[in-house]
Amino acid sequence: MHELNYEAPTSLDQAISVLAAAGENGRMLAGGTDLIIQMRAGVRQPGQVIDAKKIPELQALSFDAQNGLQLGAARACCDIIADATVQQHYPGLVEAAGLIGSDQILARASVGGNVCNGSPAADTTPALIALGAVCHIAGPNGTREVAAEDFVTAPGQTVLAPNELLVAFQIPAPQGQASDCYQRFIPRNEMDIAVVGVGSCVALDGDTCTAARIGLGAVAARPLLAKEAGDSLVGKTLDDAAIEAAAQLAQQAASPISDMRGTAEFRTHLVGVLTRRTLKEAAARARAR
Amino acid sequence: MEAQHEHQFKVIGTRPIRHDGVDKVTGRARYGADITLPGLLHGKVLRSPRPHARIKSIETSEAQALPGVKAVVTGADFPEIEPGMLQIGENFVNPRHLAANIMARDKVLYDGHAVAAVAATSPHVAEEALKLIRVEYEPLPFVQNVLEAMRDNAVILHPDLRTAGVDAGDDTETNIANHIQFSRGDLAAGFAAAEMVIEREFDTSMVHQGYIEPHNAVAQYNQDDKATVWVSTQGPFAVRELCGTMLQINPGDIKVVPAEIGGGFGGKTTVYLEPVALLLSKLTGRPVKMVMSRSEVLRATGPTPGSHIRAKIGVNLEGKITAAELQLSFEAGAFPGSPVAAGCMTVLAPYDLENFQIDGYDVVLNKPKTCAYRAPGATNPALAAETILDEMAERLGLDPLEIRRINGAKEGTAQPAGPQFKRIGYLETVEAIHNSEHYQSPPPQSANGKLRGRGVATGFWFNAAFQSSATVSINTDGSANVVTGSPDIGGSRASCAMIAAEVLGLRSEDMHPVVADTESIGHTDTTGGSRVTFATGLAVYEAAQDAVGQLKQRAATVWKVKPEDVTYQDGVLSCLTNGHESLSLKEIAPKFPRAGGPVMGRASVRPRGVGPAFAAHVVDVEIDPETGKVDILRYTAAQDVGKAVHPSYVEGQIQGGVAQGVGWALNEEYFYAEDGTMRNTGFLDYRMPTCLDLPMIETILVEVANPGHPIGIRGVGEVPIIPPPAAIANAIYRATGVRMTELPMSPARVAKAILEKNGA
Ligand SMILES: Cc1cc2nc3c(=O)[nH]c(=O)nc-3n(C[C@H](O)[C@H](O)[C@H](O)COP(=O)(O)OP(=O)(O)OC[C@H]3O[C@@H](n4cnc5c(N)ncnc54)[C@H](O)[C@@H]3O)c2cc1C
Repeated sequence: MHELNYEAPTSLDQAISVLAAAGENGRMLAGGTDLIIQMRAGVRQPGQVIDAKKIPELQALSFDAQNGLQLGAARACCDIIADATVQQHYPGLVEAAGLIGSDQILARASVGGNVCNGSPAADTTPALIALGAVCHIAGPNGTREVAAEDFVTAPGQTVLAPNELLVAFQIPAPQGQASDCYQRFIPRNEMDIAVVGVGSCVALDGDTCTAARIGLGAVAARPLLAKEAGDSLVGKTLDDAAIEAAAQLAQQAASPISDMRGTAEFRTHLVGVLTRRTLKEAAARARAR
Repeated sequence: MEAQHEHQFKVIGTRPIRHDGVDKVTGRARYGADITLPGLLHGKVLRSPRPHARIKSIETSEAQALPGVKAVVTGADFPEIEPGMLQIGENFVNPRHLAANIMARDKVLYDGHAVAAVAATSPHVAEEALKLIRVEYEPLPFVQNVLEAMRDNAVILHPDLRTAGVDAGDDTETNIANHIQFSRGDLAAGFAAAEMVIEREFDTSMVHQGYIEPHNAVAQYNQDDKATVWVSTQGPFAVRELCGTMLQINPGDIKVVPAEIGGGFGGKTTVYLEPVALLLSKLTGRPVKMVMSRSEVLRATGPTPGSHIRAKIGVNLEGKITAAELQLSFEAGAFPGSPVAAGCMTVLAPYDLENFQIDGYDVVLNKPKTCAYRAPGATNPALAAETILDEMAERLGLDPLEIRRINGAKEGTAQPAGPQFKRIGYLETVEAIHNSEHYQSPPPQSANGKLRGRGVATGFWFNAAFQSSATVSINTDGSANVVTGSPDIGGSRASCAMIAAEVLGLRSEDMHPVVADTESIGHTDTTGGSRVTFATGLAVYEAAQDAVGQLKQRAATVWKVKPEDVTYQDGVLSCLTNGHESLSLKEIAPKFPRAGGPVMGRASVRPRGVGPAFAAHVVDVEIDPETGKVDILRYTAAQDVGKAVHPSYVEGQIQGGVAQGVGWALNEEYFYAEDGTMRNTGFLDYRMPTCLDLPMIETILVEVANPGHPIGIRGVGEVPIIPPPAAIANAIYRATGVRMTELPMSPARVAKAILEKNGA
């Protein structure tokens, strides 16, 4: 029968060497709320599981106005959403992280695990894309940085090599009047997977939009940055017409499939709805800062 | 009997704590999967990944050789079963079809169809072994849509199948197993007399009961060809009968021990794993345990049919129905036997009709064989009739409850199926909803971009009786054991105990209700058809009366008087002559050894006086017109319950039925991919409502006593699932102006309908 080893390294170096030794057979374990289910279902069958929760860098949660938020990949969602600083500066991230499962799941699940799992429908990925988050990766050959929108490459796949792990997210501090919002659509009120998820982040100078980023989930083989949609708002007043134009560009960026969770037509429709709603909410929050 | 109805009950109508409550909340209750035995092996089933294919070969030698594997079986290892017809409670079973469903023989007929099974020393080894079994399939074209399956040139599932019923005698290959018809009066004249005729087509999806406990079975087959099966089932006697037939042994040689049951709703009234576990146990000489995964439950047990319904109804200006013509086409699944007849007989039963014709078609297709689900067959067509009536009321300027009053059935009304109703409470139930605080409150108003509306619908269910046995024996401490053969899926231990306590004049807490195995109680039909509190309750009532008679005899012996000189009230025996002594049960029980022996009342019944159930529901919904998501704001269900023995459990039944009806209405559906495999085989994507999707469901208990029962009891469990989809569809219409004709009314469908109406 299938053999399984478990290690819980307490330093990044240790983790990297265990990972390197395991080769293709190794798998990081953060909260395990995706991995253990996948192992039970036989979808993933690692021989070496490496616990991420005891590595200090992966537990980081610190903010300063210069560097923004340093968020350890394995930090549990329940800590993130309860943090007053995160609540103040990144309400959209709190919305996304807070959606993951129930209280029990939130106590285990991490944002790193959510992103590394590589699901196109993961809730935090579009929020991170909207915020311009940068993923810090470590491996035997040192460290590297990848933008959140480039991290996931296909369903269940990321830029990580088998011997690399995700250490932390660096999320820029909001500059001036800036804020974000994440919303997803699910058919029920809880315990469901996004049919579409949209994260929007806007910065304002008076009435004028100086920057905008829109992240889309569950509308393509990987989470997307709807770059043209965000860029279209720069220099504009965020009125209904501008928001509608951006929503249409976001719809064009989406290339959804039809499955049991929704038809392509419905998903495209929802991209419009949620882009409008999140942009309006993010703008209202930005004005209130 | 009427006098009894006026009787002031002492126990019935109160809300004592259920006898099985502590075990359940402490986790001590033993469900099927909790059973363990020395030397236990674990069985697993290999299932077809194809919707329709001929099995060319099955190679099991590699699996057999895996260390830890003790036996591998395929269809060839089971006895060949002759076709026929077994009546198991309300179900008719063709044993040959049942055998082919349990383990495929020459063909697989649906995704998930069992093709082989393994017994091994652990579940993991058994799973590994499944991967080593090689099945060679010859794929066949398949059909999963009921209308396509009915076409002349359709893919045929069973070449030997011929249509029974109205079209019997036609010798062409078909998927239509049965065509039934109910009619009365002159349809053409009825439509000619109509002021308004509405004709529409409806589609509903196959849905599952969604009980929380997956199917399970533990079987021990002994060297003397006697066997024991521990299983979570609604029908231990049915399991015994069906296993005996499947393995060609005497049913009496099988003892079935009903485990605690984690929900059934009709789905645990047949066998899947039991005969397989028995055969594996027979081959290995060791006990074998089998437990399904959720995915197996969804793919391969018995959901309730999807359907296509065509309905044409005419009314005159006063709102009186002049004619109704309906065609119901039901997905039986891979083998015949959908509840389409019940659909035909229930759909217009709340109404007094002169002219109608209702046709029902039982259609096989490449999906799992359906099984009973709460008021089987009634919910699908109620969507059609109850939304059309709503539309008629609206067009005629009538309150939607008024059109029910105008047409409502009452005592003496002939049902569509023929028989006249005795005393029923349909109009009382409609009245109760009309007078409810909910209905009398102003309808919800749309606000903040959300659309709101209120809808109503009603429903009818026959309820069932069948056979039950019970014993009531008095313990030395004056308490009583109440033994029945009815697995408790809805609080029936408590209600049976309360009925016994009422007759014995004791407290509910003085009763020890027991659900016995098939060797410890007389024959008792399956728990289903809302029959247990009614029929098993009647057996308990009579058994308790029998015990009272025996108690009087014992006291008469003690006092040396005639039994007629002894009275019994509130647990005390009193002598009317000779010194007017009295003895409590606790006092007399120790005297039994010298007064004629132990007291054990017994009764077996096959009651005739079934009292049907009616329901009227009102719901307020809120719709996000951009996403199509429907939220239930408020829900009130009124129901004629006859006599609520334990009102909390009656309310619980109503709330549970509504919750399932809401799921059926909004999100639940069997979703098949292009390749004919089921996609949503877990609770993530088979979307039942969670507690966050339901408001507190308010209930109104209407008590129109059933004249056919000494306590006035009617069944209560099934009818509450019937009105919700129609009530919600009507509420969606009032909110949005869109008439939904397809279940589920999922966000995508509702959003699309709203967009189309707005011309987008
Ligand atoms: C009941 C339930 C509800 C859920 N609801 C939601 C929901 O609403 N929205 C949602 O998006 N998700 C949901 N999920 C999925 C899951 O909880 C989330 O994706 C969660 O964020 C995963 O985090 P984790 O720490 O548990 O990851 P794990 O399961 O530990 O890991 C996930 C994957 O990432 C890899 N990984 C983890 N950390 C690292 C690292 N540092 N470096 C490299 N690879 C790493 C693992 O090897 C694994 O492949 C739900 C799950 C459950 C069981």
